Amino acid sequence: MSKISRTLSSAVLATVIAAPALQASAAEVNIYSYRQQFLIQPLLEAFTEETGIKANIVFSKKGLLERLKIEGKNSPADVLLTADIGPLHDAVEKGLLQTLNSDLVNNNVPARFRDPEGNWVGLTTRSRIIYASKDRVKPGEIASYEDLADPKWKGRICNRSGKHTYNLSLIGAMLEEHGEADTKTWLEGFKTNLARKPQGNDRTQVKAVKEGVCDIALGNSYYFGKMITNDKKPEQKAWAESVNLIFPNQADRGAHMNISGAGITKYAPHRSEAQQLIEFLTTEKAQRIYAEANFEFPVKDGTPWSPLLKKYMSEFKQDPVNLQRIAAQRANAAKLVDQVGYDN
Amino acid sequence: MKALSLQMPWLPQRSRQQTGLKRWYFSTWLVAALVALPVLSVFYLALFPKENIWQHLASTVLPHYLATTALLLLGTGLLSALLGISSAALVSLCNFPGRRYFEWALLLPFAVPAYLIAYIYTDLLEFSGPVQGMLRDLFGWQTLRDYWFPDIRTLGGAILMLSLVLYPYIYLLARASFLEQSNSLRDASRMLGCSAWQSFFRVSLPIARPAIAVGLSLVCMETLNDFGTVDFFAVKSLSAGIYDTWLNMNNLGGAAQIASMMMIFVVMLITLERIGRSRQKQFHGSDRFQALDTLELDGWRRWAAFATCAIPVTLGFVLPVSILTGYALDNLDQLWEQNFLSHALHSFSLSVTAAVATIVIALLLAYSKRLHKQRSLQHAVNLSSLGYAMPGAVLAIGVMIPLAAFDNGLDSWLSNTFGISTGLLLSGSTFAIVFAYSVRFLAVSTGAVDSSLSKITPSMDMASRSLGYTPLQTLFKVHLPLIRGGILTAALVVFVDCMKELPATLILRPFNYDTLATFVYQYASDEMLEECSLAALLIILVGIVPVIFLSRTITATRGQRKATH
Repeated sequence: MSKISRTLSSAVLATVIAAPALQASAAEVNIYSYRQQFLIQPLLEAFTEETGIKANIVFSKKGLLERLKIEGKNSPADVLLTADIGPLHDAVEKGLLQTLNSDLVNNNVPARFRDPEGNWVGLTTRSRIIYASKDRVKPGEIASYEDLADPKWKGRICNRSGKHTYNLSLIGAMLEEHGEADTKTWLEGFKTNLARKPQGNDRTQVKAVKEGVCDIALGNSYYFGKMITNDKKPEQKAWAESVNLIFPNQADRGAHMNISGAGITKYAPHRSEAQQLIEFLTTEKAQRIYAEANFEFPVKDGTPWSPLLKKYMSEFKQDPVNLQRIAAQRANAAKLVDQVGYDN
Repeated sequence: MKALSLQMPWLPQRSRQQTGLKRWYFSTWLVAALVALPVLSVFYLALFPKENIWQHLASTVLPHYLATTALLLLGTGLLSALLGISSAALVSLCNFPGRRYFEWALLLPFAVPAYLIAYIYTDLLEFSGPVQGMLRDLFGWQTLRDYWFPDIRTLGGAILMLSLVLYPYIYLLARASFLEQSNSLRDASRMLGCSAWQSFFRVSLPIARPAIAVGLSLVCMETLNDFGTVDFFAVKSLSAGIYDTWLNMNNLGGAAQIASMMMIFVVMLITLERIGRSRQKQFHGSDRFQALDTLELDGWRRWAAFATCAIPVTLGFVLPVSILTGYALDNLDQLWEQNFLSHALHSFSLSVTAAVATIVIALLLAYSKRLHKQRSLQHAVNLSSLGYAMPGAVLAIGVMIPLAAFDNGLDSWLSNTFGISTGLLLSGSTFAIVFAYSVRFLAVSTGAVDSSLSKITPSMDMASRSLGYTPLQTLFKVHLPLIRGGILTAALVVFVDCMKELPATLILRPFNYDTLATFVYQYASDEMLEECSLAALLIILVGIVPVIFLSRTITATRGQRKATH
């Protein structure tokens, strides 16, 4: 009995010790992802096909930064992938990323979508835009984020929770542009104009416009594409057909932009594979997959849009502010949402 | 053991026994401490907030969070108690059409995760859903401005959804308690002039109160923990505050402070529950092997009873599961999705392992408490049950801290001494998930095992030990056969809870690893429930099997009943 158990335990110990060594030798890259798996799976498959590097992934919408931090220098993660600027900024603040020195990436990604210190890069961009009812809102009646606080919209606007990361970034952009006092006044006016308590996701708001709950909704740009092409749920086409898309602030600073992005972790065991992955994701081939699958804009200025994007949207003026500055305002934005009682 | 005493005749019998007992004592504390590590880690985090959040919270949203949480607890508590107690009383004490089916059917909603039922009802009741669509067709309404319809995404909606899946906790315990009660007490009250109603409110209900309190405290803790449902319904409770402070203000320490505060509240609940249970001992049925008399209902009462039981089963199970089945049939291609079976296998094996682990730990704790009538062990047990009171994602952080500390410590020691790097062994492995489940659900199994053990008279222990069995032998040969039912119940409840667990699994899992719940979440969180309906259905179906087992175990606690007027 004891002999067997001794043999067994030494075998287990040997496996356990050997396992990490084996893992390290294969060509692979480990990803902690805040983006849903099904969205990025096609990209990872294309990457593996092109480079032979296997991509492993853990997806969660929260807690992965903490996991990275607690695991420390032995963490198996190489790449942090996010659906928003927020976690990237927090990761830098916690010292969890390392700089990425890639001429290819620097050439593909404009400076405003990169960390000035090189810790993270944007991979795709999207704008937070206004969806206005075709029936009840005349063209030109609303043209900017500032207009959302105009009393004429009282009880006519729908939005998801002010605490949602997309809204926090937008409020952060307003803080960056107008300062705290004016932004607070704006958010109060915006709150007064809401038709109902913030709830649901971005699609829910467009649906509410279709259903007559409100006349104006705020949403990320790609949702339009996802709704208007939705053959599985044709009712979503009707939601999208009931609205006009308004890219705000075209007369001044341009529409607020956000990114999905990535960074290489500080202790990445597969540093070179990680860099290859991020480089791959900024190439035209990967950008096309993103655009086709999720209607996101190519990150590189001047990249021709895919026909599918062009069919539904035209190019627009983007806010040139560096996203790093917006991200730094997010905690303040969250507090402002509380102060105004936006979600109550 | 016998051989040992022959070899060492000089060793006095008593001291040898004491060494054995000490071993139990220390191993109990060791296990309790291990299980408490994640919770202690969260307390530790609470000591280092990035900035003081309380001033901001107190001056802005804290009153709102507290009021919402209080209303949510009150509403869910009352509604679950109403559903649970009335149905348990009817199926235990009365006879009416369908009673035998309701006995087990009333437990079915337990298998449905709260976040799923919330998604399903939203699809059903929103403007574009079938119910409002039908009403519009019937009455010729066009838009929402033409009529009023209750909004499901509200505090009231959250209370309804949570109550529909949580009332079985109260039903389960209340029913067990009603079944334990003696006929003679009720007979006496009836002879003294009570009507059937009066007898129920003056005798049966007060006797069942401690059991109901246990169920209610479980309901309250589940409600406090819930994030999926309240988030989906935009109800800003304290758990919304925790995640907001953590994720949007990048202040994990502050979030840990709110979680710790919530835990103090739960400790108060548990204490109340214990005080309640200590009274339970005074009322023990002496005639539990005699069939329980049931009241034969007649006329409209039969159908009122039928409706009282049918409503929770229909709303909590039949309706949502039919809708889900409809989705699944429309999307059968999911079945061929490459990893579907492996997700199911992951869910199943994790849940079984965790159920076994929690039972073993619960047995150790409960039995050790029985061996040593010491207050300190009660504290150890209390400490180890705290994980139940913590939101899953926060607990996951607490689980990672000690595991990573162990991994990194071992790694640096081995690298320094032998030049071998082990990397992370436990972190990011399935062990981490099982550990998290055990910490989270230990309270459930400790409660059940503890109460079964306490029903065994101490004279059994004395007889067994004086006849030469060691404490361990006594446990295996005497206690285990007697409390098999209680253990099975505990294991099954933990199993179902693990199948449904989401937040900790998401954060702790290994690379490329999905359970049914994480797979469902990926789509359902984006309001694409159809894409994962088959997996969702499977979570529920796997949960039903233990639920039916559970019901049979409880029914078996009482002899065959006979109906009387």
